[in-house]
Amino acid sequence: MNVTSKNPVRTIGSAEELLAYSMAIETEAVERYNDLADQMEMHHNYEVADLFRKLAKIEGLHIENVSQASAGKQLPAMLAWQYEWEGGESPEGGSMDEAHYLMQPWHAIELAMHGEKRAVGFFRHVAETATDEKVLKMALELVSEEEEHVKLLQKWQERFPRPVDGWDQDLDPPTVLE
Amino acid sequence: MNSETIPVQLQPKEYKSAIKPVWCPGCGDFGVLGSLTKALAGLQIQPQNVAIISGIGCSSRMPTYLSTYGFHGVHGRALSVATGLKTARPDLTVIATGGDGDGFSIGGNHFLHTCRRNPDMTYIVMDNQVYGMTKGQASPTTEPNWERGKLTPSGTGINPFQPLVIALASGANFIARCSSSDSNGTARVLMEAIRHPGFSMVQILSPCVTFRPEQRDWKHMLVPSPKEPTSDPAEAARRLLKDHGLYTGVLYVGERPVYQPKLESSIGGVEAFEEEFRL
Repeated sequence: MNVTSKNPVRTIGSAEELLAYSMAIETEAVERYNDLADQMEMHHNYEVADLFRKLAKIEGLHIENVSQASAGKQLPAMLAWQYEWEGGESPEGGSMDEAHYLMQPWHAIELAMHGEKRAVGFFRHVAETATDEKVLKMALELVSEEEEHVKLLQKWQERFPRPVDGWDQDLDPPTVLE
Repeated sequence: MNSETIPVQLQPKEYKSAIKPVWCPGCGDFGVLGSLTKALAGLQIQPQNVAIISGIGCSSRMPTYLSTYGFHGVHGRALSVATGLKTARPDLTVIATGGDGDGFSIGGNHFLHTCRRNPDMTYIVMDNQVYGMTKGQASPTTEPNWERGKLTPSGTGINPFQPLVIALASGANFIARCSSSDSNGTARVLMEAIRHPGFSMVQILSPCVTFRPEQRDWKHMLVPSPKEPTSDPAEAARRLLKDHGLYTGVLYVGERPVYQPKLESSIGGVEAFEEEFRL
């Protein structure tokens, strides 16, 4: 079989390994949200840029939590493609191709929620396939945390109206001259 | 756990510069930038030992966004500059980047002869089958029946350029195709391409969401090649001609000798060189 990152997620064997996966999820999430915020700033969509920046900050707090849980433990060092994610990309750090310069806060939260739901699915799978007590306990805690994030995002999204069809139509499209 | 553990000191983000990309949100080139930084972190090459050379076009802005050395040069001439640099400084990791128009049209001749020469460097072509920076004209890799280009409202009617087949026929030593939406898979292929001696050609299908929004579907169409890479050029040609451009992964791994002339200077230092050109 040729090089591919579309491997099935396999069993996580230790708490250290699960912490390494958690750290990768949160780190990629921070980077993705900051990248999206930069993109929106570049295209003068400051409201959505601020929202992505806030999401990056929140994920940054999660990194601190994982770091604290990892204190005194030797986490395995892995390269980006050595993590075995379903679909090849970490749950909260996947493709950014849904971004649009006219996207609205509702879309940004939808995008974030998609990532959080994937994270719930990932940790649930880890729990279901765990053979180690510590891994099971930690995975269930992480499922609960990620579910909480989904609920928070749902509440947050209710504050914004769902965009109507045609939201991405621009009667005066930008021309980036260089 | 995966057994290959590499002490990671440089993180991918350390290969990014402080300059933020001006690409359209949703552009596939963001994914390529991410993959390239992951590959460089995988290799743990110091940024000052890497040179990214490009031509002109949206994707050719790549050197600007990296903390490595870079040269955002002349349209279609990325490979000429890169070959010169690699010849003079074989210690550097040289990577040329660009798009399908820059590489296969304006720079088409340089592409052929760089494949022939086989210098030890990697060429990343972000192929979106359109000239994006100039607002959506058909490029060498555009399908003949694409009718949305203002200059070709009835399509080009001519066969698209087949970059990987041409690369193989011309002597490229490593050939791969990737998807910008598969950031981690692409990073792994790029690391292999950089490591492999000789000229490595990596075509990355990278959607232009502004002028070819239908290319967002590529992520559902591209599939990993079901076969291991071959080192047999005839077998590679058969596969490339039959895969409809949709198989990803490393497709050919050759063993040709690398082009690297001896670095014996024919002149006696900078002063002698200046003397030679004195008016």
